[in-house]
Amino acid sequence: MTSKAQSGTAGNIKLPIYLDYQATTPLDPRVLDAMMPYMTTKFGNPHSRSHSFGWEAEEGVEAARGQVAALIGADEKEIIFTSGATESNNLAIKGVARFYKDRKDHIVTAVTEHKCVLDTCRHLEQEGFRVTYLPVGTDGLVDLGALDQAVTDKTSIVSIMGVNNEIGVIQPLAEIGKIARAKGAFFHTDCAQAAGKIPLDVKAMNIDLMSISGHKIYGPKGIGALYVGRKPRVRLEPMMSGGGQERGMRSGTLAPMLCAGLGEACRLAKAEMAKDNEKIRFLSKKLYDGVTKRLPEVFLNGHAERRYPGNLNLSFAYVEGESMIMGIKDLAVSSGSACTSASLEPSYVLRSIGVGEELAHTSIRFGIGRFTTEGEVDYAVEEIVKTVQKLRSLSPLWEMAQEGIDIKSIEWAAH
Amino acid sequence: MAYSEKVVDHYENPRNVGSLDKADPHVGTGLVGAPACGDVMKLQIKVGVDGVIEDAKFKTFGCGSAIASSSLVTEWVKGKTVDEAAKIKNTEIAQHLALPPVKIHCSVLAEDAIKAAIADYRQKAGPAEAAIKKQAS
Repeated sequence: MTSKAQSGTAGNIKLPIYLDYQATTPLDPRVLDAMMPYMTTKFGNPHSRSHSFGWEAEEGVEAARGQVAALIGADEKEIIFTSGATESNNLAIKGVARFYKDRKDHIVTAVTEHKCVLDTCRHLEQEGFRVTYLPVGTDGLVDLGALDQAVTDKTSIVSIMGVNNEIGVIQPLAEIGKIARAKGAFFHTDCAQAAGKIPLDVKAMNIDLMSISGHKIYGPKGIGALYVGRKPRVRLEPMMSGGGQERGMRSGTLAPMLCAGLGEACRLAKAEMAKDNEKIRFLSKKLYDGVTKRLPEVFLNGHAERRYPGNLNLSFAYVEGESMIMGIKDLAVSSGSACTSASLEPSYVLRSIGVGEELAHTSIRFGIGRFTTEGEVDYAVEEIVKTVQKLRSLSPLWEMAQEGIDIKSIEWAAH
Repeated sequence: MAYSEKVVDHYENPRNVGSLDKADPHVGTGLVGAPACGDVMKLQIKVGVDGVIEDAKFKTFGCGSAIASSSLVTEWVKGKTVDEAAKIKNTEIAQHLALPPVKIHCSVLAEDAIKAAIADYRQKAGPAEAAIKKQAS
């Protein structure tokens, strides 16, 4: 009794087509290969010091730590394994804010950050910290002048993400790092969507803390990392008490199979970034051009160039997002609006870049990744065009627009 | 989000899509909802001299449940008198389509749309309708 896509095929395309790479990515088979030994023969506790079972598990964990570090230009001693980017973001912001609270009580972040960063900041406000939520421009980018003004000698941490999960825009990390460093504030960046996708160098960009997620880069779910710089030395109050693993910052037995998976995912991302990006850019352009050539009034949300091409957030004017998703049922995508989660509020990210509420309700995020094929994109374009045309023929707003009626001139009764 | 079979059917084969002539005195038009809220319904009825709804058309900007609710209502009002149509309740629409709680507002909007169309018709054809009633009595 659902409208879920039937699994099947169309020509040699397997349906449904996965176009939600910002939500998660499939595990790269090579990553699974790297994980398998730690789920079978090498089952030891990596913290066991008295026998070879422990040693070989530890060897795997440390090799993985080095692979994560290499992806972002860090030293392996600066990598802490966590359960994922949400934990990393919590640990970075709460940890730094609380550790330095006697001297500093201020945090700077942006309104378009991921919920786990914003919620962490809200929580810290309740503990008495002050938080500045920087606005962003219509292109989705933070204003460096505003950032410079916001950061003071009372600011312990500046947290600005690398690539936005909803609209894909890339924040100017190097410039932000420069400002934070000059003012003596630590710079944390949530790079769940950026690591492995865009070149990152923590030293060159003056990044003090960076959050990484395994499952956004073709690695396993349930693992992430936090880079905690040592020059200058960043100290933080741990959230977990226990055996003092991970330099005392994150107690708990590590999961070697997940660490090995994250490590291999990082190694592959580094080795194949140029190749992946070339393909993703080509497919992204193909999808965008294919749709916009055949459909009028389709708008790209976020900066047109300073964006990760694997994220295409499009507004289809006069077509409501949820009905669109229902129509393109062979495509697994996400709605830019939060309507599906029972709230009528459109996305806070789209609202903060000035997308009108009526357009925010028409937004769909298409995610393209390592395993997307050209055939899938061609199929997607056909589905999108067909569905938008059908729904526009059903849309009273489209009809009014065709008659030259300005929809904004009508006094709508909000309900 | 799982949709009921009936919602899917109305979404895939919407009934009575289109527009009637707004200027026709026998046509009542209801436009309810707001683009900012993600739902706009336009529902039109064409009423015969006997007070029976001869035709109904709709266009909806909204989720699948909103499209289904308005499509269903156009089916229901046809053949009913204006007074009978005015009695359609959102709960009947929601029940028929098996709408989940988060989608009840779609059925409420559909009820509002018929009421608005009827009100518009009555305002335009008020004197004519009164004459019909008088003749009948």
